[in-house]
Amino acid sequence: MDKDVPRAPHDLGGVSKFLCEPVDVEPHALTDFDKEVDALRGILGVKQVMSVDELRRGIEAIPEAEYHRLSYYRRWIRSITDNLLVKGVITEAELRAALERV
Amino acid sequence: MFPPGALVRVRNDWPETRGPVHIRTPHYLRGMPGRVVRLLGAYPNPEDLAFARPAATRALYHVAFDQPAVWQEGQGGDELLVELYEHWLEPVQ
Repeated sequence: MDKDVPRAPHDLGGVSKFLCEPVDVEPHALTDFDKEVDALRGILGVKQVMSVDELRRGIEAIPEAEYHRLSYYRRWIRSITDNLLVKGVITEAELRAALERV
Repeated sequence: MFPPGALVRVRNDWPETRGPVHIRTPHYLRGMPGRVVRLLGAYPNPEDLAFARPAATRALYHVAFDQPAVWQEGQGGDELLVELYEHWLEPVQ
């Protein structure tokens, strides 16, 4: 029985909805995208632009429906993007221009 | 500081309701009684690091909880072992 509490969407432990779903424990091959996101986070950490704790906070702030739709590393890039916009490291215009080039 | 074996209770606090937070104390343990197993070390508080704020160093413990009491499943003797920071723990007399 779930407690009726104001838990955050990522705080999934013991939530019955997820107990009913089998856990996929198979190892997954990393895509080039995954590796690139991981490397980007590493560089931002070494350069002291953004910490792992800030990454996690950004992931936890993703709205619940989107959180469950995004893959692991898509959550990362969403958080990295949000963090860099808030810190002023990149601007929305720069982000939009970069996305149009993809 | 809590010695191994100390009886504690997790603070029944919900910072999630007061604004943006990053906390490492799962919802299902708030208010639950547990037992300190060991001190793991002391680390800058991630609740502040997550917002790039100056972070005080906090002791981190392994705390054991009776699983059936937490999740209403499992058998007597089943335990959960969770890493919790000292500021989430209150002494139990």
